[in-house]
Amino acid sequence: MLEKSALVTLNKVVKHFDISGGFLEQLRFKGLRPRLEQKKVHAINDVSLAIEPGEILSVVGESGCGKSTLARTVMGLYAPDSGEIYYENTRIDTLDSTQMLVHRKKMQMIFQDPYASLNPRMTVRQTLEEPLRFHQPSISETEVRDRVAEVMEQVGVNPVWGERYPHEFSGGQRQRVSIARALMVDPEFIVADEPISALDVSIQAQILNLLMEAREQRGLTYMMITHDLSVVAHVSTRVAVMYLGTLCEVAPAANLFETAKHPYTRALLSAIPKLGQKKPRHIKLKGEVPTPIHLPSGCVFHGRCLYANERCRREVPRLLALSSGVQVACHGVEEGRVLD
Amino acid sequence: MTRWQAFKDSYFLYSFKRDKVAVTSFVIFLLLLVMAFSAPWTAPHNPYDTATIDIMDSNLPPAWMDEGETRFVLGTDIQGRDLLSTMMYGMRVSILIGLGAVILQAVLGIFIGLVAGYAGGRVDAFLMRLADVQLSFSTLMVAIFISAIFQTAFGAGRYEQMAVPILILVIGLAEWPQYARTVRASVLGEKGKEYVEAARVIGLPSMRIMFRHILPNTLSPVLVISTVQVANAVMSEAALSFLGLGMPVTRPSLGSLINSGFEYIFSGSWWITLFPGFLLVLLVLVINLLGDWLRDVLNPKLYKG
Repeated sequence: MLEKSALVTLNKVVKHFDISGGFLEQLRFKGLRPRLEQKKVHAINDVSLAIEPGEILSVVGESGCGKSTLARTVMGLYAPDSGEIYYENTRIDTLDSTQMLVHRKKMQMIFQDPYASLNPRMTVRQTLEEPLRFHQPSISETEVRDRVAEVMEQVGVNPVWGERYPHEFSGGQRQRVSIARALMVDPEFIVADEPISALDVSIQAQILNLLMEAREQRGLTYMMITHDLSVVAHVSTRVAVMYLGTLCEVAPAANLFETAKHPYTRALLSAIPKLGQKKPRHIKLKGEVPTPIHLPSGCVFHGRCLYANERCRREVPRLLALSSGVQVACHGVEEGRVLD
Repeated sequence: MTRWQAFKDSYFLYSFKRDKVAVTSFVIFLLLLVMAFSAPWTAPHNPYDTATIDIMDSNLPPAWMDEGETRFVLGTDIQGRDLLSTMMYGMRVSILIGLGAVILQAVLGIFIGLVAGYAGGRVDAFLMRLADVQLSFSTLMVAIFISAIFQTAFGAGRYEQMAVPILILVIGLAEWPQYARTVRASVLGEKGKEYVEAARVIGLPSMRIMFRHILPNTLSPVLVISTVQVANAVMSEAALSFLGLGMPVTRPSLGSLINSGFEYIFSGSWWITLFPGFLLVLLVLVINLLGDWLRDVLNPKLYKG
């Protein structure tokens, strides 16, 4: 394996979910011949991505495009069907749970729903102590208490509230506790799965700022899953755009908002309302998002793309690195058909 | 002290105090419990001590009837044992067997249900089919089968000594699927929640996630069926004893008392069957009523305005 500078590398990761159910539900008759038919949701198709140390990579896309599945696959909650995932130079998707423990300490996750991500039967202190005691069994009682107090202080939850249960907190406070839990083991890399989308608008900025502060103090790397484009513009260094389980474009955040290349990215960005705009210049796409059970042939976007031609219908586009660090998967951009 | 304070202010206690049926059932249940477990000290006679039993006292009617004696308030049975004392001792046996069987059921069922729900797939399918097979035999049939085998294999004398643990085993083994199914259903609901994923991200082993994170969140339905199952187990024990496969006559439970009096009911000795029968009905009824109330309280969807 080549030496990599990236912290987390995904190489041609594929994740499908079998939804065909049991044997009887799979059984179909064609004429008189019985045969088994399997249905699969193609959640992630051939995604390759490298996350550099210190960056904030946002993954954006509409609902059901596989963002959350990608996050969970990176964290090892789902095993990929094919492809490889590396942490620094170690392949982690094939490790068993004991070998994985070393990496569990370095990668943590923050979840979307602060009402479901904390165990309702454990006090905040128990929730926060658990990862610490588990990963450092030799740690002393006073040290545990100090660390918990320190992290609670850092996320803005009064350590005195440690004996309370999650239901006694508001959504924003719970999300702070959830962040504190991720920070307890001193990770290097945090996957945040829509960390603010379940929160009140007035709280969203606070939580975002908290995440940014934690990054500065601890030198964290984030992979942020979101569908909120204004958040993307505000915080991220790089953006990956997903459509139907496929990466369309990966670009530095500043570039993306000014010179998006991929037709889908352009359509997506044109949907952001702008202040003082008299005539909104929405790019209107035709049709609906196809079902991920039967993926379109060739480029998954060809059915709705304004520039699609015969090649797009046949051939799956590969992610192509342009100058200025932008990667685009589009035949049109490659051939120069899609004009700026 | 704060825990006590929290309990005093809880919705649990509040709704209990407002529900007259629950309060009455609870008081009666407590009374029966005290009666049963204080029997060695409070019962007027000791039915296990053959030296104090006089065959001349046999078949006496309750004290308020003409031939009754004040020594025996509820009369005596066919062997001359004081019926009140025998019932108190018998209820103790019944409750012990009921609780023991439920603990066994719960341990088995909770473990199997947790594993089936959490592991899913083939493990789940196998364990649940096992539960279906077990449920397709009636409890009584399984119990009769096992105790019949035991009695022939070890002889009736040995069986008498081993009756309590065997009954616990038999009733416990016959009813574990109730727990397994309930727990599995709740586990399926809980395991998709994000706190379980968070525990997996920490790297906790499956056993710890199952027992420390998922199990505490599935306990309220378990608590509810436990009350119903205690009542069921007491009934099963009574039924088995009535059929002559349960507790021996020398250490009667409520069921075997009812059975022993049944032969004499047409010769006029109605009290030997009636009083233990009434006690059994009362015991099972109050446990069931308490279970009903508990289900209403623990199920937020049923909150009554």
